[in-house]
Amino acid sequence: MRHIISILLENEAGALSRVSGLFSARGYNIESLTVAPTEDASMSRMTIVTTGSEDVVEQITKQLNKLIEVVKVVDLSEAEHIERELMLIKVRASVKEREDMKRMADIFRGRVIDVSDNTYTIELTGDCRKLDAFIQTLDAGAIIETVRTGASGIGRGNRVLRV
Amino acid sequence: MDRVRTAELTGAEIVIRCLQEEGVEYVFGYPGGAVLYLYDELFKQDKVKHVLVRHEQGAAHAADGYSRASNKVGVCLVTSGPGVTNAVTGIATAYMDSIPMVIISGQVPTAAIGLDAFQEVDAVGITRPCVKHNFLVKDVRLLAATIKKAFYLATTGRPGPVLVDIPKDVTTHKTEFHYPEEISLRSYNPVRKGHSGQVKKAVQLLLEAKRPMIYTGGGVVLSNASAQLTALVRQLGFPCTNTLMGLGGYPATDKQFLGMLGMHGTYEANMAMQNCDVLLAIGARFDDRVIGNPQHFAQNPRKIVHIDIDPSSISKRVKVDVPIVGHVPDVLDDLIKLLRAGAQQPDAQALAAWWTQIDEWRGRDCLKYDRTSKIIKPQFVIEKLWEVTGGDAIVTSDVGQHQMWAAQFYKFDKPRRWINSGGLGTMGFGLPAAMGARMANPGATVACVTGESSIQMCLQELSTCKQYRLPIKIINLNNRYMGMVRQWQEFFHGNRYSESYMDALPDFVKLAEGYGHRGVLVDKPADVEPALRDAFKRKDELVFLDFLTDQTENVFPMVPGGKGISEMILAEEL
Ligand SMILES: Cc1ncc(C[n+]2csc(CCOP(=O)(O)OP(=O)(O)O)c2C)c(N)n1
Repeated sequence: MRHIISILLENEAGALSRVSGLFSARGYNIESLTVAPTEDASMSRMTIVTTGSEDVVEQITKQLNKLIEVVKVVDLSEAEHIERELMLIKVRASVKEREDMKRMADIFRGRVIDVSDNTYTIELTGDCRKLDAFIQTLDAGAIIETVRTGASGIGRGNRVLRV
Repeated sequence: MDRVRTAELTGAEIVIRCLQEEGVEYVFGYPGGAVLYLYDELFKQDKVKHVLVRHEQGAAHAADGYSRASNKVGVCLVTSGPGVTNAVTGIATAYMDSIPMVIISGQVPTAAIGLDAFQEVDAVGITRPCVKHNFLVKDVRLLAATIKKAFYLATTGRPGPVLVDIPKDVTTHKTEFHYPEEISLRSYNPVRKGHSGQVKKAVQLLLEAKRPMIYTGGGVVLSNASAQLTALVRQLGFPCTNTLMGLGGYPATDKQFLGMLGMHGTYEANMAMQNCDVLLAIGARFDDRVIGNPQHFAQNPRKIVHIDIDPSSISKRVKVDVPIVGHVPDVLDDLIKLLRAGAQQPDAQALAAWWTQIDEWRGRDCLKYDRTSKIIKPQFVIEKLWEVTGGDAIVTSDVGQHQMWAAQFYKFDKPRRWINSGGLGTMGFGLPAAMGARMANPGATVACVTGESSIQMCLQELSTCKQYRLPIKIINLNNRYMGMVRQWQEFFHGNRYSESYMDALPDFVKLAEGYGHRGVLVDKPADVEPALRDAFKRKDELVFLDFLTDQTENVFPMVPGGKGISEMILAEEL
């Protein structure tokens, strides 16, 4: 099962490597990991997408909670939540391909943010499945480069993670 | 409120002041370039005494042994680079057994970090997976608070080693010294009190049990909960077993004690574990050496109550029904109170039938060995050691067969008397740990049970023992083999004793004498007791007793790796 885990942690040097070290030492999967400071600069918010059985995910949250710099942990996938990821994708866009490519981007609500003689760079946000779908829709040969941020997540409505 | 407020001090002065504030008696360490300013400050005062070991691994083990034998924080001081890397084995050993320790390591100057400077290693990076937490202090103004945090983290919650890495220039920078009296971290709030609803459920389960079992580990010893445990076990009338780490948590000579459980546990303890219907696990973690194959363990239905300070230890290998996260003595107090308040008693009839079954298992006499042997049996040496020391010595051990025999045959009635590396299984632990244990308990009788292979891993500490007049008694069960390795090779590798024979052994008597100690060779069963009596009479001397023991002796019972806890090989079955 895929789980999306949100972590509030002290914004201190080494905190990230404690988390990533924990995952590698205990053999847990990381599909993606994103981290950045919050409105309170002393604290970072991390989102980890992982897969594992319920038992493994229970251990993951317990082990994360055990790290001294971790303030709070929540498994977002336990309840209603929103998940977004940003992708920048550079595609071939020669004169005769341009229109098609633009239309495709529009369908996925992407924006062309850079243009050259034969390329487009498209910005796309959405949940991981939507980004995957966009990649799938394109002809593999058309893709020059992709970069994805990994998912960020937040609980819906009154479900909040803060100190 | 800050207790102390003074003029500006250097980082080095601050470190020593912090140690004094913490009431640190001994620092086990070894000097080097990056810690010269710290050593200079140590020199100028006499409150904190430094013990100069002969290898940094010895420093970490000695600090560890000091802590285990006293419940105080063991402190160790090493230089950058090889100083830290030498200490890593000792730090990992303490980590695996949850021992509160503070390690101060020197680091190259801040400006040199990352430039592959002389004796630079990423100490924080190397130790990260084997410490409870660690710090690199780049700003002298954070130094005192960081050391305070280190002691606080080491001793609270599930204890463990904490490393503070201090660049050399920081030890020369100056700032005003405040030692915070208290510290609180928003990200760290260990639970103390167990959830009362869970405690109620636990009591109910215990009272309904027909075949109850109480299984306790190192957590009982570390949290000083032996008194509560003993009261609880006696009140309930249930059988009790201890893990290797938990020995001494419950008096071993008591009739409700079934002996140690696990890979080399007693037949009765392992059978009772497998066949009980309600299991109360306290400060233990169901690890592979204890319950063997978890699938096999799960074949018998039983309800499990698990008390532990660390939520991540609960339902890790074995699913439990009533988890109780909390400080063991506090939870046990609550349990006892609730039991006493209620009118219900355990089911006496069921319990009597259960004890009959247990006594039948006991009848197998699983620890029997040949008492008529002409060659010294290692078990016999430990039995005599127990007799001669009145069962009240502090016994450290190394790792191997001798460790298991010590655990099986020395009946520990009190906690903090049995000191061994259970989690990491570190050969070389015994002698330096004995030094620390003796420093923590001046006047105590301290024995180190070891093997001819293990003792050679930290042998250099014999010199430290001489310098600090530590009259440790070394009980060397010399079978000329890495016995435990040989045993596995005999059982599982077709008697191919690949590299497990200890050739070219030193003459241990001469070796002990070379270090200025007494050495005695014992090669006849009849000489065992007199040799022990003579050695333990010598209150001021380290005596190295080299017992030539039966080379072919094996440790029984044995649960082969991957097997269930009740699938034991017994001596008579071979
Ligand atoms: C540092 C280290 N290296 C290797 C091992 C693997 N090991 C476990 S027991 C053992 C043999 C110990 O031999 P000895 O000290 O003579 O004790 P005996 O088993 O003969 O009583 C070895 C090599 C270990 N536990 N620790």
